Amino acid sequence: MTTQTSETARRVLSEPGAPVVVFDHVQLAFDDKVVLKDVSFTLVKGHTKIILGASGSGKSTAVKIIVGLLKADAGVVWVNGERVDQLTERELMAVRNDLGMIFQEGALFDSLTVRENVGYKLYEETDMPLEQVDRRVEEVLGFIDLVEHIDKMPSELSGGQRRRVAIARAMAFKPSIMLYDEATTGLDPITATTVDHEIIKLRDLENVSSIIVTHQLRDAFYVATHMAVRDKAGRVQITRATPEKERESEFIMLRDGLINFEGDADSLRKSTDPYIVSFLS
Amino acid sequence: MLRLVEKWAKQAAHEVQEYVYLTGSAFTSIFSRPFYRHDVVEQFDLIGFGSLTVVLLAGLFTGAALASQTGLTLDQFGARPVVGRLVSASMIKELGPVLTALMLTGRVGSGIAAEIGSMAVTDQINALRALGSDPVRKLVVPRVLAGIFMAPVLTVISDFIGILGGWAVARYQLQVSSSLYWASITKGLYMEDVWMGLTKPFVFGFLIATIACHVGLRTSGGTAGVGKATTLSVVAGSVAVIAADFFVTQLFVGLVYR
Repeated sequence: MTTQTSETARRVLSEPGAPVVVFDHVQLAFDDKVVLKDVSFTLVKGHTKIILGASGSGKSTAVKIIVGLLKADAGVVWVNGERVDQLTERELMAVRNDLGMIFQEGALFDSLTVRENVGYKLYEETDMPLEQVDRRVEEVLGFIDLVEHIDKMPSELSGGQRRRVAIARAMAFKPSIMLYDEATTGLDPITATTVDHEIIKLRDLENVSSIIVTHQLRDAFYVATHMAVRDKAGRVQITRATPEKERESEFIMLRDGLINFEGDADSLRKSTDPYIVSFLS
Repeated sequence: MLRLVEKWAKQAAHEVQEYVYLTGSAFTSIFSRPFYRHDVVEQFDLIGFGSLTVVLLAGLFTGAALASQTGLTLDQFGARPVVGRLVSASMIKELGPVLTALMLTGRVGSGIAAEIGSMAVTDQINALRALGSDPVRKLVVPRVLAGIFMAPVLTVISDFIGILGGWAVARYQLQVSSSLYWASITKGLYMEDVWMGLTKPFVFGFLIATIACHVGLRTSGGTAGVGKATTLSVVAGSVAVIAADFFVTQLFVGLVYR
């Protein structure tokens, strides 16, 4: 029965428009503080979900629940056809093989070089031959234009470079879902744009489904309204997104543990809700 | 007031529960895959070889001071020639294991708590989990194994160096001949003493490493939290070592020295 269900889930998930992350009436409180009252949303394969909200609104908590770093008090969470709210830490490891997460400040391992950080999962958790891991590390660092920093320690990198290395680390094992927790917070606009470009490139060129948690409106709208394409010479270009592509990015506004808004960039801009108007101003 | 006591008791019980859970999962993780062999070797080197200097110095001066002090007392009974026996018994049964453990608490316990605590407050522990590594297997097991197996090795070295320091003082300050010093050691040393001296460091090493890992993993509150965790690790580790010393001694007195 379980095998049949898994096969059905796999078949459904392989189709375009499949729900890869489902958050169903999730609730979580820390002691007396209710962080998520009743939150439900679905991330469709290849699409982007941008979670906005003030500090403490539960944005980061939501992504941590998806990865299984936190357990919800109530509700159901599906990731790639698995109910992560019911899995043990050991069982979650298999689900995490297809999830890449970028933490606030990057969370690079201080004692490891850029190469060891990026290849961490492949070196430590797989049987992939070392030469192959090295090649993959150089490939992903090439993707984010940081190959020359491969043997540096994280402390030798700038804030923006650290975030990009964190993206490289999360993409090294080719996950199909990426979760960005405040990936551009604290960066200057120019550096933040380089990080935005990596998010867009991963989504459009590698077909990665993304959940972006941020309160940086500029970056949220930039990612939602731009797309990456390869020109005839194979160079990657970031251009204005087509209306169809723009609709693949959906915004969620969290407020007081509830979803205050859900819709595309255009609907968000046109919203007359006083909280959203003040948030966007 | 009653509420405060209740809150404190609940927190204390919760800490103990988490500590027992951590040591339990560390123990079961030793015997199952994945096992991070190179991390274990690295920790054996850092904890064992890295602590050698401090342990050697502590052992040497303790043994020398012990000989010097006891020499004065023994003179009152005309028993200066048995100074070796007193130094060796004190070093092997009590001072060697306890002082080595206290040195390790200061050097290793604080280091483990600070390192793991920093990782906890900068989301590196969560990053480890998100990348598919179990922090208990990756961070706790190598440190606990290194603590358990390197503490006895360091204690034996400390015992030997302490007895050597005692010999230097006995020979050149107390004018006790070398042959008399070494003879009194071999004559007065029993296997029970050796067993006690070798059992204690296993217990101490386990306590130092598990307490430091537990405190480190539960660190919160940024850099200030790391500072508090480091202090707590040293304080709790030191108290645990001294308390465990008493209980292990009682156990041996009750079971082995009968």
